[in-house]
Amino acid sequence: MKVRIRFSKEGPVRFVGHLDTMRCFQKAVRRAKLPAAFSGGYSPHMIMSFASPLGVGVESEGEYFDLELAEELPVEEIKERLDQVMPEGLHVTGVRCVPDGKKGNAMSLVAAADYRVRFRSGKEPEGVLSDLIDRFMAQKQIFITKTTKTGEHQVDIRPFIYEMRAEEDCIFYRLASASANYTRPDTVTDTFLAFVTGREPEPFSYRIRRLEIYADQGTEEAHVFRSLLESGEQV
Amino acid sequence: MRELALPDEILLSVDKAARYIGGEVNAVIKDKDSVNIRFAMCFPDVYEIGMSNLGIMILYDMFNQRDDVWCERVFSPWPDLDALMRKEHIPLFALESQERLKDFDFLGISLGYEMCYTNVLQVLDLSGIPLISSERGEDDPLVIGGGACTYNPEPLAMFFDLFYIGEGETSYDALFDLYIENQKNGGSRQDFLRKAASVPGIYVPSLYEAAYKEDGTIASFSPLYEDVPSVVEKQVVTDVRHEYHVIHRPVVPFIKATQDRVTLEIMRGCIRGCRFCQAGMIYRPTRQRDVEELKATAKEMLDATGHDEISLSSLSSSDYEALPELVNFLIDEFQDQAVNISLPSLRIDAFALDVMSKVQDVRKSSLTFAPEAGSQRLRDVINKGLTEEVILKGAGEAFRGGWNRVKLYFMLGLPTETEEDMKGIAHLAEKIAEEYYEVPKSERHGKVQVNVSTSFFVPKPFTPFQWAKMCREEDYTQKARIVKSEIRSQLNQKSIHYSWHEPDVTVLEGVLARGDRRLGPVILAAYKKGALFDAWTEMFRYDLWKEAFAETGVDPDFYTLRERTEDEIFPWDFIDAGVTKRFLLREWKQAAEEKVTPNCRAKCSACGARKYGGGVCFESTDPVF
Repeated sequence: MKVRIRFSKEGPVRFVGHLDTMRCFQKAVRRAKLPAAFSGGYSPHMIMSFASPLGVGVESEGEYFDLELAEELPVEEIKERLDQVMPEGLHVTGVRCVPDGKKGNAMSLVAAADYRVRFRSGKEPEGVLSDLIDRFMAQKQIFITKTTKTGEHQVDIRPFIYEMRAEEDCIFYRLASASANYTRPDTVTDTFLAFVTGREPEPFSYRIRRLEIYADQGTEEAHVFRSLLESGEQV
Repeated sequence: MRELALPDEILLSVDKAARYIGGEVNAVIKDKDSVNIRFAMCFPDVYEIGMSNLGIMILYDMFNQRDDVWCERVFSPWPDLDALMRKEHIPLFALESQERLKDFDFLGISLGYEMCYTNVLQVLDLSGIPLISSERGEDDPLVIGGGACTYNPEPLAMFFDLFYIGEGETSYDALFDLYIENQKNGGSRQDFLRKAASVPGIYVPSLYEAAYKEDGTIASFSPLYEDVPSVVEKQVVTDVRHEYHVIHRPVVPFIKATQDRVTLEIMRGCIRGCRFCQAGMIYRPTRQRDVEELKATAKEMLDATGHDEISLSSLSSSDYEALPELVNFLIDEFQDQAVNISLPSLRIDAFALDVMSKVQDVRKSSLTFAPEAGSQRLRDVINKGLTEEVILKGAGEAFRGGWNRVKLYFMLGLPTETEEDMKGIAHLAEKIAEEYYEVPKSERHGKVQVNVSTSFFVPKPFTPFQWAKMCREEDYTQKARIVKSEIRSQLNQKSIHYSWHEPDVTVLEGVLARGDRRLGPVILAAYKKGALFDAWTEMFRYDLWKEAFAETGVDPDFYTLRERTEDEIFPWDFIDAGVTKRFLLREWKQAAEEKVTPNCRAKCSACGARKYGGGVCFESTDPVF
């Protein structure tokens, strides 16, 4: 049985890095006495795959991983048992059955993600936020410099910003997040700030929160985004 | 949700921010207003090292079982954070509450090794607690030290208000009760310290005075007041079945600690009596924990932590009599749940090889032998029972069982050591390599690899070698060169890899291990010059220490290059550690005569630990002797 688990990561635990968060869940699965399936060999490990790494310091309401179980269990029971053994700041908010096998795992499904960026007090850009965003988004192209193994490249990220709007004094984003077009919310925000202020943004001006991760059940031209929990087939 | 002491911009700028946030599974949160005592438990090294220390985790769990005490943890901030805290004037805080240490009642510091002494000062300094105990006021925490280094606490005497000598289970309750009572009665810090001096195992350094002879040795060491005991008794859990504090829910770090596993302590003490080994002397008598209790505890701790590995802990696991039963239980119970079983400090014999082949991948693992000395003569001097025959037999069996990697640990600079003893290291490594090629080619797995590692011997208090002199730095280097060149002239030299530790740390460790109160200013000067994390090779700055010695006018050679006379008063003589000075002296002379002393089970050697009324001293109703 393969399940997709949705969790939130808030508060001090946001400073626990991606690999350590994975380790934390491996230990939690054991504490919850869930019948995890293991790989073979001398150092067997749980068959677990995370949808998308979350940066250190970033909070999230919608994180995902897939877990293979050796026995069938009701999803509600899995959710309850796992949530009870989580440390402060980590909560299991949903569990759903998904088809077995590697195909269609959480990571390969990721197409987009929502974020909320909150400015630290005194660090907000001057002006009406929604106007600034309109000006930014009115650009046909938004180039950033990406450094890869083969050198520096100019990449147009405008197509990857599916949505950007003001939510009170925060910015809401829906950004492309597949492996080929993964777009970082801090990159977009820094580019936005540089555009509206004409200066390099100050470090630590804002805090990022991921809200949800989506699969795309539509087409390249007409996206139909469904959260990874909704897009898991009910088995 | 808890508020963090450090702002985001700092946490995002330092390496491994999760070291500083607390909130781990099984960390204890209490209402600070509902407790009488707030205790900060510190291991003065980085989080990953400190969280691997069994001692502080036992005390953490034990203290928190009291409703009137909240014990939290604190570790040394890594230099990156250290610099930012000083720059931003952020005081050091405890992980659980994230509140500053200065407001705590106690700051307990575990002293596991001498090279952490400057880190002790860092913790005090960052906390805003005066470094020198006499400068602390009524509102400052009481700074109490514990752990192996308290068997000679004198180099740190000026920085600590109290030391707890021995195992924590016995006297902390009395100490806490006394503290609460003193507060209720409106007593002062001094009132408390004076009374605490009478609690068994508690040493209050400010209540004692040392006088020195012209040659620099101690003339006298005595309490300042009549009601202060002249001898401090080491504390021992006599009955490990009932008084041992079992941890039920160990804290589970987010980041990978050095010991990222359940640690199951199976035994305290060691029956072997190796003459260089401080642990083997100060933790006497050897006490074995009940195997049924261990089975239950193992299960409970794995359940409560979710760790995927359990490690048995003791000074010599092979001497735990129920080891086969315990290990087989762990394999049967947990191996199909993909739990690794790790068995350090096993003597290599048929049983060990059988067990190891069950719990690890033979081809990826290596065997470890600790002959400690290269010749039988020198092994007799140090009372290391391991013979060449046993090592070669064990290695041979292992090679036939599929292993092809061997680690060998030795010490250089042991008392009476000659060039032949040093060369013996190379010869033993060669014989092991040759043993491998005795195995028929069809049964061998590639080439053999023999890894030889040497450290330099440091004489420690309460060992038979506490009278011994050490060598100069350059002499140590020369010894390592002799070993190296002898290894290079062996037939199988390509199969033998040699590594050794730098000697400068050894010399300093030697000074601090057997030092006295006059070293306090040296440690302070070294810290002020920037010495920190001295236990980390890449951060150790011997040049700073050399300057500190020069400026304070303290001669390090006095502590290292002198062979002590039989009647010299040692700085640690006021501690009753169980083993008597008479016994240690007898052993020192036996060593000179190259005579071995049988282990505690084979024959009692009247070391003095029998007075505690438990352990191996009383195990057999029908003694062998």
